[in-house]
Amino acid sequence: MHLSPADIQAIFLTLKLASVVTVILLLLATPLAWWLARTSSKSKGVISAVVALPLVLPPTVLGFYFLLAMGPNGVIGGLMQQLGWQALPFTFAGLVVASVFYSLPFMVQPLQNAFEALDKNLLDAAANLGASVMHRFVTIAVPLSRAGFLTAIILTFVHTIGEFGVVLMIGGNIPGVTRVASVQIYDHVEALEYMQAHALSAVMLVFSFVVLLFIYTLRPAHKNIN
Amino acid sequence: MQMIKTFLMQYKQTLMAILMMSLSSSAFAEKINIAAASDLKFAMDEIVTQFKSNNPADDVNVIYGSSGKMFTQIQQDAPYDLYFSADISYPEKLAAEGFAAGPATPYAFGRIVLWSPKTQLDAAKLTLEDLTRSDITRIAIANPKHAPYGKRAEEALRSKNLWDKVEAKLVYGENIAQTAQFVQTGNAQVGIIALSLALSAELTKQGHYWLIPDTLHNPLKQGYIMTKRAENNKLAHKFSAYMASANARKIMVKYGFNLPNETASQ
Repeated sequence: MHLSPADIQAIFLTLKLASVVTVILLLLATPLAWWLARTSSKSKGVISAVVALPLVLPPTVLGFYFLLAMGPNGVIGGLMQQLGWQALPFTFAGLVVASVFYSLPFMVQPLQNAFEALDKNLLDAAANLGASVMHRFVTIAVPLSRAGFLTAIILTFVHTIGEFGVVLMIGGNIPGVTRVASVQIYDHVEALEYMQAHALSAVMLVFSFVVLLFIYTLRPAHKNIN
Repeated sequence: MQMIKTFLMQYKQTLMAILMMSLSSSAFAEKINIAAASDLKFAMDEIVTQFKSNNPADDVNVIYGSSGKMFTQIQQDAPYDLYFSADISYPEKLAAEGFAAGPATPYAFGRIVLWSPKTQLDAAKLTLEDLTRSDITRIAIANPKHAPYGKRAEEALRSKNLWDKVEAKLVYGENIAQTAQFVQTGNAQVGIIALSLALSAELTKQGHYWLIPDTLHNPLKQGYIMTKRAENNKLAHKFSAYMASANARKIMVKYGFNLPNETASQ
């Protein structure tokens, strides 16, 4: 078992991508999940469906539209070019944007479930005592939804690590920029370098198993505390 | 449950007929799966269309992909009857390992070109040296690690001492078709792709190409094999013979392939 410097670079790039995506999604998805859990608006159905789309859509559909939309001839890409920004395909930022879409349901849904399970009486009581929305959220909702947050963060992180199709379609396989571990394994297999593919695959397998084991063994304990 | 039962009762005859038909078709009709390198996309499509119009009863499927991936799949008993690789070394290796029904046969020599959509650059006026220009920021090539066309692209750039100067601008396609698609969508300004793709109706309409001299790289010698499973498949033999016909050769030439001399021994 030997990991080359290129393999290690791919692993660190993958961890970096997963971390950035998880942080961004935590910030974006928390208010969204809160709104979805509380609202009785008619648009809830539409928004929920949009959020869940990446669960059912093949990554090729996302990859294809990203490539077209973000390219210089696309709607988003053309706009970015006029603003003097670099087009997103083949960049780390491009992978982040695509992954935020791709992993969105994995952050939103566990959070939404946790928020929906909150005892509304507690929040109402706090409101009666004069706590602001933000205050109620931080001091009541967040601590009581610990398990939901933990699940959402871990699932988002590992799901981003497991991403392949979208990255292959918009990444351009640039070392240190878009060549993540899953793509590196694919390259090893294509180049018939099975030993290297084995080494990196084993790392991914063990890592993913440990993370999932962590979720499935520790989570019930958290729930009991709650 | 009751509904399913009623449905089955009602359509029992139809279902039986469908079952019988599917059984008989797999037992008697001839069928082949062809695994072909993605540089053959347009040429092979046309050859298969012609072949089918001459042999309407025959069932010919083509699966396009990267030569390396299909090589591995055949080693794992993939249901391919003919394998057209962009690099003859893959079928040669399969033949040596006993996965083939005969020796690897060369069928064409590929060429690489610089290609760009008209909206970006006029590739016909470009040379390899132009790739160092500062207004060219993204160049797509196939992954040299495993794609035959990518290897030749790297060789050409290296023999002009340009590799180190352009490496930071390179993006790598998984196969030559994806490489072309990176350029076609405008995400890379220029790419080194197969002449056979640049000559397709779609790309001819959209852009121009510059032929990279084949003195700058090793020959892209392409070869095919019949796999072991197809040994007794008449259709596989028929199609294999058709590849050597004047019709098929004309189509290959149309897509820019150089053909090996029929007398050349391999």
